[in-house]
Amino acid sequence: MVTVEGYRRENGTVGVRNHVALIPVDDLSNAACLSVEAQVAATLALPHAYGRLQYGEDLELHFRTMIGTGANPNVAAAIVIGIEPNWTARIAEGIAATGKPVEAFSIERNGDLEVVRKAGHAAQRLVQHASSLRRETVELGELTVSIKCGESDTTTGLGSCPTVGVVVDELVDAGATVFFGETPELTGGEHLIAERCATDTVREAFMGMYSAYVDGIESHGADLMGSQPTQGNIAGGLSTIEEKALGNIEKTGTKPVVGALAPAEAPSNGTRGLYFMDSSSAAAEHITLMCAGGAVLHIFPTGQGNVIGHPVEPVIKLTANPTTASTMVEHVDLDVSGLLRRELTLEQAGAQLSELLVRTANGRLTCAETLKHREFVLTRLYPSA
Amino acid sequence: MEHRFLIHKRGDHVGVAVVDIAAGERVVGIHMDDDSSIEVDAVDPVPLGHKIAVAPAGDGDDVLEYGIRIGLATGGFGAGAHVHTHNLRSARW
Repeated sequence: MVTVEGYRRENGTVGVRNHVALIPVDDLSNAACLSVEAQVAATLALPHAYGRLQYGEDLELHFRTMIGTGANPNVAAAIVIGIEPNWTARIAEGIAATGKPVEAFSIERNGDLEVVRKAGHAAQRLVQHASSLRRETVELGELTVSIKCGESDTTTGLGSCPTVGVVVDELVDAGATVFFGETPELTGGEHLIAERCATDTVREAFMGMYSAYVDGIESHGADLMGSQPTQGNIAGGLSTIEEKALGNIEKTGTKPVVGALAPAEAPSNGTRGLYFMDSSSAAAEHITLMCAGGAVLHIFPTGQGNVIGHPVEPVIKLTANPTTASTMVEHVDLDVSGLLRRELTLEQAGAQLSELLVRTANGRLTCAETLKHREFVLTRLYPSA
Repeated sequence: MEHRFLIHKRGDHVGVAVVDIAAGERVVGIHMDDDSSIEVDAVDPVPLGHKIAVAPAGDGDDVLEYGIRIGLATGGFGAGAHVHTHNLRSARW
């Protein structure tokens, strides 16, 4: 049994980082969060561009994402700051349902400076609480992991994605939950995912989400010619969306798909295993949604060299492209280009990635963490009101 | 001779160059599903990561990689050709 050293949270979930998060409800509250971050050591502000004049499912997704991010087991404690008290309280209460310490502050009738003073005192207390928590030995299978590739090329389908597939199968066998998504980027291989859905209900939910996403693109009178594959994908040798999708799907391994989740939705019925999550293929949006769904570690195969990171969920990058591995060494956690030269077997590459996953869970910083890549990007469904 | 490209499955129309291939080179490819090898005379230069045809396809034919259709040939190509957006298009958009 593989074990890691993680943080057991109040609700039993396991994190691999120990952040005190400063969460703005809306764009207007970024400044106060950033002021507290500047003043109090070991705090993490999560500035973003939205949270005003949203409505319907787009607003629900905003709440789900902000609550899910604060509730993520990599967060030890959270401070929520919003322009007004009602939405601020909704997000704070959603996070507090996990049992972790949460404090909330609103700016109207107080002003930024008063909020920063109060939130600063709270942040100091919460940092001292969080820094007294200790890692404990937990089973690898208790983790929730997410996967997504980016700036893909043909080496992704030949090497880095199959390597991830090996590890995903091991994680699922160990009892872990794994999220994959990239809804439009399954085009040409969506039938392969549908065939792997564990039940007809899951299959109908998956195909419903897939069709709705593609129909949504077409309802704008557009298609993804010129966007999917991306210009980087084409430079790397990928010619069509179908070819890109087949490489992409390699990383999902071979296990059944046990559920189809809405964006930023956490699995709720206790079933562990491989889940599809309806999501964009844009890396920062995708990882932000998966983190909000509860993923604590992300595995990211890249071809041409995507440099993505995330503030809350560490992003482990691997590449099988020898040019990327040698020219972007500071972004590459694992070089599996030996697969292309057949100097490395898939089993060996998978073992290297598994070992790196454990080390990262235990606290080793990823390349993206050391380079301060903290892309926190919210997904929007509708224009603002 | 060392392999210069890899083919996902026997029966695929294309393999992927794992080094830059020059026009006129005779190059060896290996099928990843059964380790068997194949030799092709490269007609075009094929950069690392780009596809080289191992079998011909006519205009409008399905083009297979991973044993699955990745698109339709446009104009057709013969073995040894560089296969990319100039002679292969998506069947989906």
